[in-house]
Amino acid sequence: MKYLHDIGSYFVMIKKVFGSFTKRSVLRELIFKEIDDLIIDSLGIVAFISFFVGGVVAIQTALNMTNPLIPESLIGFATRQSVILEFSPTFISIIMAGKVGSFITSSIGSMRVTEQIDALEVMGINSLNYLVFPKIVALLFYPFVIAISMFLGIFGGWLAGVYGGFTSSTAFIEGLQDSFIPYHLFYAFLKTFVFAFILATVPSWQGYYMKGGALEVGKASTNSFVWTSVLIILANYVITQLLLSS
Amino acid sequence: MIKVEDIHKSFGDEEILKGISTTFDKGKTNLIIGQSGSGKTVMLKCLLGLFKPEKGRIYYEESAIQDMDDDQQRALREDIGMLFQGGALFDSMNIEENVMFPLRMFSKQKKSEMLERVNEVLSRVNLENVNKKFPAEISGGMQKRVSIARAIVNRPKYLFCDEPNSGLDPKTATLIDNLIQEITHEYDITTVVVTHDMNSVMEIGEKVVLLKKGKLVWQGTNQEIFKTDNEDVTNFVYSSDLFKKIREVQIKEQ
Repeated sequence: MKYLHDIGSYFVMIKKVFGSFTKRSVLRELIFKEIDDLIIDSLGIVAFISFFVGGVVAIQTALNMTNPLIPESLIGFATRQSVILEFSPTFISIIMAGKVGSFITSSIGSMRVTEQIDALEVMGINSLNYLVFPKIVALLFYPFVIAISMFLGIFGGWLAGVYGGFTSSTAFIEGLQDSFIPYHLFYAFLKTFVFAFILATVPSWQGYYMKGGALEVGKASTNSFVWTSVLIILANYVITQLLLSS
Repeated sequence: MIKVEDIHKSFGDEEILKGISTTFDKGKTNLIIGQSGSGKTVMLKCLLGLFKPEKGRIYYEESAIQDMDDDQQRALREDIGMLFQGGALFDSMNIEENVMFPLRMFSKQKKSEMLERVNEVLSRVNLENVNKKFPAEISGGMQKRVSIARAIVNRPKYLFCDEPNSGLDPKTATLIDNLIQEITHEYDITTVVVTHDMNSVMEIGEKVVLLKKGKLVWQGTNQEIFKTDNEDVTNFVYSSDLFKKIREVQIKEQ
């Protein structure tokens, strides 16, 4: 019953987020602030992880190619497929559930504990629109983060493959271009949008409806990471089944 | 003026407010007092429209809050200033932005006009040179004063205060109490203060409402509170050693 209640309150929250709107000039400022906090501040960690994981994918592929009949271009091909289809959209989103999700939950949860949300409500402000809507809009820019991650992942793979002595640059690039299906990019970015919505709303729900004090803010942040990750994995499965299995 | 008629509020099977009726007068500091768990905060949240009573009506002047749609309630809230127990200042904003917040949300003034008003109310609560500081950088008493400044910046008709001097030293607590009373008279607003502090009752209780287990058991002024024989009042008022001694002196003088 509790899960049903939670699911219900999540959808009620989504409806209220798009209810009475905050003054446009204030909302615009909030959106820019959220873009800075959620998108720009995440670029460093995303770039770092993408670059090195891309490199590791290339090395792992190269080290597992024991059959001389397999062309070297497979390293570029495998790096591209791994990074574009799964690593950048899905696993970066899981990492973002930890970084951005915890930040959203703890900031909204702290506002709940210190009555700042009550203060907004007493002033006649739709606190859900004020707090959550700018985060949803800011995370519409999340696909740009993923595009950067894709580029750096593949670049890291090229660098590790070529300068690690596993393949030539020509073979790697040939692998990158081999059997490229543009629809895969559509699939990757579509699911990125879905994950962005999950990243903005699930942690907000965890923070907004939390009860208790500072300790509970910490627990809510942990729950936020767990549930955001679970939903991203489930959504990933469903979207993959729907878009790629035909 | 705010009029409350027979309000009932329950959470699950537990009835917190059991048919409270009273009036909070304009231009006066009206105090809701009572022990912890007596229903003071629930009553305050009902008055603010944050909780919906199952029964009874709350009138702001002639209009019942229960008859208002969402837009009307939102408009009413623009006329309400609220001082929260912990101040509830926005951590991410500096003092100036905190006080300016209601103006930015609801007024069409230019920024220079808003700044002028912010400085005016900050100076009214005796705060200067704190505009660019953040809430975490000032003391608890100063945070309360900033919160009062934010509550009055939009010239509200109603001011609500939840335990305004909790966590403050006696001198600062008296300062905050007096400030609330001065502002009430100066702006001629209806002020409702929830407290269990007898010093506040003595200082600013122009009308005092005593709640016990969700029922209104006594109402009167801070002068009358020491003259009444109401058992609930005497039990509450003389629960501290200081006031017990005052009582003994009073009896001796009589």
